[in-house]
Amino acid sequence: MRRGYVMNKLKFIIESAVKNNPTFVLLLGMCPTLGTTNSAVNGMSMGLATMGVLICSNTVISLLRNVIPDKVRIPAFIVVIASFVSVLQMIMQAYMPALYETLGIFIPLIVVNCILLGRAEAFASKNNVTDSFCDGVGVGLGFTVSLTLLGAVREFLGTGRIFNMEVYGEEYGSLVFVLAPGAFIALGLLIAFVNNIKSHS
Amino acid sequence: MLAYISIIITAIFVNNIVFAQFLGICPFLGVSKRISSAAGMGMAVTFVMAVATVVTYMLQEYVLVPLGITFLQTIAFILVIAALVQVLEIVIKKAMPVLYQALGVFLPLITTNCAVLGVAILVIQKEMTLIESLVYAVSTALGFTLALVVFAGIREQLALAKVPKPLQGTPIALITAGILAMAFMGFAGIKIG
Repeated sequence: MRRGYVMNKLKFIIESAVKNNPTFVLLLGMCPTLGTTNSAVNGMSMGLATMGVLICSNTVISLLRNVIPDKVRIPAFIVVIASFVSVLQMIMQAYMPALYETLGIFIPLIVVNCILLGRAEAFASKNNVTDSFCDGVGVGLGFTVSLTLLGAVREFLGTGRIFNMEVYGEEYGSLVFVLAPGAFIALGLLIAFVNNIKSHS
Repeated sequence: MLAYISIIITAIFVNNIVFAQFLGICPFLGVSKRISSAAGMGMAVTFVMAVATVVTYMLQEYVLVPLGITFLQTIAFILVIAALVQVLEIVIKKAMPVLYQALGVFLPLITTNCAVLGVAILVIQKEMTLIESLVYAVSTALGFTLALVVFAGIREQLALAKVPKPLQGTPIALITAGILAMAFMGFAGIKIG
């Protein structure tokens, strides 16, 4: 019984990571997706940071869903999200100053990431705490995986490395993939690739 | 004077907000199917960005810093921007109905435009003065408008082209944006003053 419950939740998490994938299916949260994925590590860190805020905000909004009046729900959601982002900012400044410096402006900008408000409005404000928590984990995981994937592709094509491990010599890489244009082109090709798989299955 | 010209050129061309800083991508992809709506969105963003940057700058300078509560910056800024957009919408609707007809539909979308919050935070990180911040905000928004209008022009033509099926829609738009970004990289290294 207990086991079945856990399996069910796991299935739900995986399903929301794939079906509600923010980057490849919903096309939400494009700015951090393009701006922080110049390497796999940076992409993954940004994904994890967003996932942390998403899980917390989903849980709290679900807890408060019967308290928040319907008319002021959007400002209320934004306050909850902004509070967690501020907490995250302070934690990162204290314990991971180098990473905080690299991700820069994109950490405070998690507040305006449409994924967070989108999930709050579409899911957490209508469902119970456990489900909202799992939804946060699932969608956050989907976002993290996509960002890591995009970061890895760009790092590989640009510098010949994946997660800082050398695969081929850096002089054969095309630098453009690490720079701004490569972000747009790599993401465009990845989405086309996913579309192609979807239309065949 | 030269300092201001340098800020303007850098913000519009060299460090274009869309192509170099990756802010405001959602409206960039969403509202770029027609040149007319792209121009409308650009004007609305310019207006809101200028007002929001000045207001948040004063909030930071005269409230958050004196009270020692700068850690509330993110919350305070997003709430002020959200409220400001609402107020602007009401004021424009009453005072300038013509302008409202041109900008109306785009105003609510701007609250979640990360470029507005991004610029408000950036001018404080860069420790600019109030005038510099205003110049920076307006020219960044002009850079955004330029990117949006150029991109919309290309997409209007692209709608007539035969694109392979998996690339249709967002993928080809992103690749087009990538090529445009490459063109904008040609401005890199320009220095004035």
